[in-house]
Order: sequence, then C-alpha cells, then structure tokens
Amino acid sequence: MTTDPSSSAIIEVGELTKRFGDVTAVDHASFQVERGELFGFLGPNGAGKTTTINTLIGLARPDSGIIRIDGLDCCKNPKAAQHLIGVVPDESNLYPELTGFDNLCFCAALYGMGKPARIARATQLLKDFDLSKAAHRKFGGYSKGMKRKLAIAAGIVHNPPVLFLDEPTTGIDVASARNIRQLLADLHRSGTTIFLTTHYIEEAERLCDRIAFIVNGRIVKIDHVASLLKPVQGRYATLINGSGLNPSFIGELSSSFPGLDFQQHSQDRIRVESSSPIHIGPIVKFLEDKGVAVTEARRVQLSLEDVFVQITGIEADAMQKEKMKAAA
Amino acid sequence: MKAWIAFWNIVLKDMRAYYLKPPNISWGLIFPVAWTAMFFIKSGRGLDDVLGLLPGVVAISILFGTTSMLAVTVTFEKKGRSFERLLLAPISLELLMLAKTGGAILFGVVNALVPVAIALFLADLSGVAWGAVVPAVVLIAIASTFMGLFIAVSVSEIFEAQTFSNFFRFPMIFLCGLFFPIAALPVFLKPLAYVLPLTYGVDILKGGFHGGNIMPLALDFVGICLFCMVLFYFSLKNIHKKWIV
Repeated sequence: MTTDPSSSAIIEVGELTKRFGDVTAVDHASFQVERGELFGFLGPNGAGKTTTINTLIGLARPDSGIIRIDGLDCCKNPKAAQHLIGVVPDESNLYPELTGFDNLCFCAALYGMGKPARIARATQLLKDFDLSKAAHRKFGGYSKGMKRKLAIAAGIVHNPPVLFLDEPTTGIDVASARNIRQLLADLHRSGTTIFLTTHYIEEAERLCDRIAFIVNGRIVKIDHVASLLKPVQGRYATLINGSGLNPSFIGELSSSFPGLDFQQHSQDRIRVESSSPIHIGPIVKFLEDKGVAVTEARRVQLSLEDVFVQITGIEADAMQKEKMKAAA
Repeated sequence: MKAWIAFWNIVLKDMRAYYLKPPNISWGLIFPVAWTAMFFIKSGRGLDDVLGLLPGVVAISILFGTTSMLAVTVTFEKKGRSFERLLLAPISLELLMLAKTGGAILFGVVNALVPVAIALFLADLSGVAWGAVVPAVVLIAIASTFMGLFIAVSVSEIFEAQTFSNFFRFPMIFLCGLFFPIAALPVFLKPLAYVLPLTYGVDILKGGFHGGNIMPLALDFVGICLFCMVLFYFSLKNIHKKWIV
C-alpha cells in the first residue's frame, strides 16, 4: 500500500477503499495520473466513479489507502491539496440567484483572489467560454449547456494545475457537448492535468491519454488509449440484421465459414468479426437459404467501446441508455 | 489574508443572495414590529412597561430572525449542492462555518435594533446599561445562529429545517423566563430553563434594560458563551460526520 516516491505523477492513489455500510464502493483502487495528462475514468452507473472523485477531492473520507496530490497527503488532511484542484461536479452547482459574472467572481474569491484579479479573470473566462452576452443574467436562467460551461469556468477560475470533471457532457445538446470537448482539449493543451469521468466511451477515446475502467468499485484495466485499442486494430466487423436469426445459426455459420467469428449480438442481429476483410455475400446467401430475411449488413469500425465490452462484459449501449435515463 | 478574502465574500454573498432580499428585509422589520405591538397591547400597562417588554421582544426577534434564515439557507444550499463549492474551498471548516453564520448573526442584530428603535420614541432609555445590552444582543444572535446551524446540519430537507426549528424555539420561548418567571415554573421544568441558551441572554437583557436579572450577569455571560461554543462544536462535528462521509 505505497506509492512510488520517485514518480512524476501529480495524483497518486494506492489501495484506495471506501465502504458505505456493507457496500464496497471503491475496492483497493490504485492508479497514478501524470502531470499534464488527460486521464479518463470509465465505468457503468454505480461503479464507483463519483465516490473515487469525492475521496480524491476531500468530500468523502476513504476507509483505507493512500491519496497524494502533488505529493500532499490528502488522507491525513483532505484540505491539504484543495488549493491545487478545480472540480466540476456532475450537476452544475453554482448559485442560481447570482449572475454568471458574480458566480465566477465569488468562486475566485473562495480561492483568495483579490478583487481586480477576480474581475479580470471572470471577464476573460466569460469571453473564452462564449458567455459574455449572458454575463449579467442570473445563472438560474441559463440553458443546460451554458450552465455546464459556466461550471467548467468556475472550476478553473483559480488556474488549478489539476481539474476533476465528473460527466461534463451528460444531458446537454450535441453542439454544447462538442463545444465543451473542445474546451477540454484546449485546457489539456495548456498543461492542465484533467481527471475525467464519462460514460461516453467515444468521448474518452477522442480526448484521453490514458483510461481506467472501473467496475463494481474495482479497477479492471488501465492503459494508454493506443494500447487499449491494440486488440481491435486490424480487425474487421460486420453487423447483420434479419428476421428469423436465432442462436442456433451461430454454430452452423462458424463451421461453414472457418476463420470468421460469429456472435449473436441481439435478437435478429449477429456480429461477424475477422482479421481479414469480410465477404458478406456468401454469408447473406447462406442465411437466406436457411429462410432468414436479411434486411441489413453493415460494416462497423471497432473502437474502444468493443474493448470496454470485452474487458467488462458490459454493453456500452446499455450503460449509455441507463445514464441518459438518469440524466433526464 | 487569502482565507479572509474567502470569509468576507461568503458573508457578502449570503447577504446579497438571502438577507438583503426584499421579502427577508420586510420579515426582519415586520416580525419585530408585530411582536412589539402584540406584547404592548397584551400587557395593557401602557407606555410605563415598555422597558419591561423590551428584553422579551428583542430576544424573540433575534431568535426567530436567525434560526429561520440560517437553517433554511444552509439546507437549501446543501440540497442544491452549491454547499459543496464551499466545502471544496481551501479554507478551514471552522472559518467557513463562521462565514456562513456571519450573515445570520448580523441579520439577528439588525432584527434586535428594530424594537429598540421603536422604544426610543416611547420610553426613556437613558437608564439602560448598553454595556450589557449590546454584548447580550450579539451573543444571543450568535447562540441562536449556531442553533440554526445545528438544526441545518441535522436535517436534509427545507421543511424539516422549519419544523425542527420550531421544536427548539417554542419550548425555549416559554421556558426561558420571557413569558413566565423561571421561579414560577413547575419544579420539574425549572432545570430545563437552565439548559437553554436564551435563558442567560434574556437575563442579561432584563438586567441591562431594567435591572431585573435573577442571576449574576457574569454567570449569564459565561453561560451563553459556553452554549455558543458547544453548539458550534457539535455543528462542526455533525458536518464532518454527515457531509464529509
């Protein structure tokens, strides 16, 4: 249960455990986040993502383990590193009765910034986040996308070297989500270390340097995105839809088309995977001869989502739907 | 210095966001005026008894003003999760909670000034021992605010904060010697009177306004200061236990 003293990591977590009664929310989690890295933390609802963040930022006390931020022991003193971190929680928790500008000035004051400095910083951030026009409107009247942007601005108002973001794009429209991803990429380029939890796997794939998968409180895999993608690189996959497809065909297809890997993907859908391009014609003909009405055959690009499913056994679609339902 | 910037801005933010809102200003003015008028009419002793009424009216104005506001605002911020922002600020929990209570304490003191200002026009206040009254007002405001804080950290819903406040406030009004002298209380209720912070505050006010205190003022000051410390200590302990899980 030690962390490497020679490490260049800015966040070091060793054997972190957090229980709520009989439930172990985080189970001996160990990982490090390098300085300037964009680190993704992926897992389904209830996997322990938010609990992990809360213990790191000092809103929850770990039962055991080590947490160091920039070498400061946050288990002994949860306040030790709070001046170094910015937090954007999964809900935009600014003050609805204050304007966007006043919210930012207030958040800056919480970190001890003097009046001229906080006015200048708030004005700059509102400009950078394209919120200048809404600067003097009350936060309570902002749209969801604007609220998320202002929450991110509030998280970085004191220029923290480490930023924790919990589900930054959940429940907002596509354009706002895109805008926020761009802002995160810019922050990453400027050298801020970002700890990001998200259920959007493609978002993590696009933005993150390294990713940890957490399931039932345990970290099941941590690696660079490129390394995580290796098992699916050079692989081809096709989805075939048709009425009358049933699991009994899988065995027949596998023996008739050696070298291809067939899986029942869902009802009326099978998935074919191979290390070489898949010739779909003979497979369609085989199925039609068996009485299946094939309606669609479509090539799919293998991605981190497939890696996630392979490692965790959790369908990414189900995870996203569950999360969207919760956000709605 | 940095911590004090945070402290002062939390106080200012609360004043702007909650205490200086028109409904709360009117509450802060109307409530003490209504209490004063009610006691004045009920006593039936005309202007001669204004000094006798003042300790009770001042104490009740502070008690209701502070506990109502703080318990609700803290619970509201906790529910909306904006309180997490404060918990994440790099200042000690003690200073943070002093800042959160600072606005309510000021609000309580202003509430106390209303009946005193009315009394200035109705009675001769030249004999009042302001050296005792002013610190008593501040200490009652602090003790009541910390009681509001204790209530706020013990509940999770705003309606619970309101009902839980009354659970403390109403027995306190009847037992602290405001309506009935403590000596006239039934034997089994007398000890209860001495475990209420308001008993000591009211006794100082009585001593300050008309010399009617039943305990030495020094004991009253020690008593109410102890209550302030105990309530603040247990509120912080509750925050550690309940909010930083």
